[in-house]
Amino acid sequence: MDTRIWAKMTTQPLLSVRNLSKFYGGRIGCADVNFDLFPGEVLGIVGESGSGKSTLLSCLAGHLAPDRGEVIFATTEGPRDTVQMGEAARRRLARTDWAYVHQNPRDGLRMGVSAGGNVGERLMAVGARHYGQIRDKAVDWLGRVEIAADRVDDRPSAFSGGMQQRLQIARNLVTGPRLVFMDEPTGGLDVSVQARLLDLLRGLVREMGLSAIIVTHDLAVVRLLADRLMVMKGGYVVEQGLTDQVLDDPQHEYTQLLVSSVLQV
Amino acid sequence: MITITNLSKSFTLHNQGAAVIPVMAGANLAVSAGECLGLVGASGSGKSTLMRMIWGNYLAASGSIMVGDVDVAKAAPREIIALRRGTLGYVSQFLRVVPRVPTVDVVAEPLLTLGVGADAARGRAMALLAQLNIPERLWSLSPTTFSGGEQQRVNIARGFVHPYPALLLDEPTASLDAVNREVVLTLIEAAKARGAAIIGIFHDEQARARLCDRLVDVTQFTPGMAQ
Amino acid sequence: MTDQTAYNFAYLDEQTKRMIRRAILKGVAIPGYQVPFASREMPMPYGWGTGGVQVTAACLVPEDRLKVIDQGADDTTNAVSIRRFFQRTAGVAVTEATAEATVIQTRHRIPETPLTEGQILVYQVPIPEPLRFLEPRETETRKMHELEDYGLMHVKLYEDISRHGQIATAYDYPVKVEGRYVMDPSPIPKFDNPKLAGNAAIQLFGAGREQRIYALPPYSEAISLDFDDYPFAASKADHACDLCAAPDSYLDEVITDDQGSRMFVCSDTDFCASRRKAGHIGPMGTPMAGG
Repeated sequence: MDTRIWAKMTTQPLLSVRNLSKFYGGRIGCADVNFDLFPGEVLGIVGESGSGKSTLLSCLAGHLAPDRGEVIFATTEGPRDTVQMGEAARRRLARTDWAYVHQNPRDGLRMGVSAGGNVGERLMAVGARHYGQIRDKAVDWLGRVEIAADRVDDRPSAFSGGMQQRLQIARNLVTGPRLVFMDEPTGGLDVSVQARLLDLLRGLVREMGLSAIIVTHDLAVVRLLADRLMVMKGGYVVEQGLTDQVLDDPQHEYTQLLVSSVLQV
Repeated sequence: MITITNLSKSFTLHNQGAAVIPVMAGANLAVSAGECLGLVGASGSGKSTLMRMIWGNYLAASGSIMVGDVDVAKAAPREIIALRRGTLGYVSQFLRVVPRVPTVDVVAEPLLTLGVGADAARGRAMALLAQLNIPERLWSLSPTTFSGGEQQRVNIARGFVHPYPALLLDEPTASLDAVNREVVLTLIEAAKARGAAIIGIFHDEQARARLCDRLVDVTQFTPGMAQ
Repeated sequence: MTDQTAYNFAYLDEQTKRMIRRAILKGVAIPGYQVPFASREMPMPYGWGTGGVQVTAACLVPEDRLKVIDQGADDTTNAVSIRRFFQRTAGVAVTEATAEATVIQTRHRIPETPLTEGQILVYQVPIPEPLRFLEPRETETRKMHELEDYGLMHVKLYEDISRHGQIATAYDYPVKVEGRYVMDPSPIPKFDNPKLAGNAAIQLFGAGREQRIYALPPYSEAISLDFDDYPFAASKADHACDLCAAPDSYLDEVITDDQGSRMFVCSDTDFCASRRKAGHIGPMGTPMAGG
């Protein structure tokens, strides 16, 4: 509980990004991105459409190959550059240590498979072969994302948007990943549903000691979820720091514009 | 516990012709454990600005802000996060929470973040809410719909749920009735007694007189306002 | 009718045979791996065994003795026409006796009589991709095979149990070959799955429309996927054959009148006939003349 214990626990970054760049022909996707993410930290990435935040997330998660730079992840065998890693090793990480929550739950769920099967897939992918245990764990996780146990055999197509998103989160977190990538996780949801999801995510991040990288254009979401914030424009990171500091005392011209452009309720 | 040395701050407004507004220069102060320091000065003199800089919410231009052994003016974000988690408490005038989260969980959250068990954290939260006269029927509701006074007390409960060694209090008694004001003053006195270093802004002069060991007029740090 | 010399031996031109033989050799070298091949138009519609016919055609030599079965039977339309096709285009001998055949083309069954070294069993395969049920993208399924990313296969079985209380997949039951590739054994009943493993014959699988060939070399390991608490079980109708009294062969259920009377008979007609010739008579069977 002592501050120094926390500081000691977090001296090794979970993810170190160095000079990461991705170009689409002559156009910049993202360029010269550098940051460290420490265990238990939630990093928000904000910027307008086309600012490069989604490109950056895809490069970090291994969905896109960057043109330059390193993405060093603290694997159980020590730090490894995931850009240089073979596809097999990267996929193994993606289904054990990483999770990816898509904006549209349809992209992250198997719509033709029951809720229990969706949650169980990652378990089976890492070798779980006991139906009863897989099912118990699926039911447990449905409960943790506030989906009733009697929905375990229903398909996601019978769920509301908010439930689908919570199911996607359960499906991703069931194997106890250490790093979660989220692309506009509250994007298509009603405001009231967003609040519930945000609370759920905060609780899970805290309980599981998760690190997360959240891409969004919603400054209210990052204020409530993210410890740290990166602001992107034109593919470059123009400012980064403590979330409330960046939002309340923005230094860069663009950040000032972004913050002052938010409609007040 | 808190030592500020030669601190300065200015705002650059890029969208208004890059106007540079200096708001603080040459600020110095120190607060020891068990001491309460009151910030005074006219409106706009920079009391809240100074407090936000100590909290790490505003960036310092130069100088240092030592809280324990961390220099907030130069610390990395994660060091400030760790500081806020266990060392530095802050009761602001505004309650900023996730909508629809029950009040008791809002208050318990700082303890959960520190790894305290859910039952123990909620127990501590409920005891504080009861002490602050928040009716029990409200505990399971989100504080976003509460009155100003109730929100203020929820904020105070959040700030006192963990025994932070250092506390920042921004108008903690502002919108409270006499009974609750007394409860809050008692809480602050108890925090002093256990050794917390406290920096506060109190417009309530009686409260200021009762709590503060020393006063610092921030006007002396304000460029263009110094006498 | 046309003289058989009007065709190249076994219908296919030599270039095509070479191409298919290469695919077969590659398949045998990498058990369970689906080898793409340039499937040709055959004088029969897709779904009628064009893949199996091409594999058979590429394997046949003039000395071979061919047997063709459809769901275990030698006398159904599909089996008869394919057998006649090769009689005419290759002039090879044909037989209905499993033990006498050197090449057996089959649709949806493995013969009951154990196969022996030197025999080739050719399966007709409609959909070679075991992952297709849950993952429609070919690029993705290939990647999953490459990376042994087979969690999805168990999702299918999980769904079965959650919906039916047991693994309801009764045919087309996936196997893992030699600890590496997950393979679709074609729509054989899961009763036949144990016969895939450790079989002395070469087993070749041809999918004409999908343009894939794959193989199990002799004595390959082929493990049916299952769960610890829902183990694989090779099931059949709980009955003995009404014609030959065989207690352990795979049975077809036949409705015999409008009142719903029914009988169970061996789906493997050669096996059933051999037993009756040997004097095994079921409750509804009649003795057959000895061979």
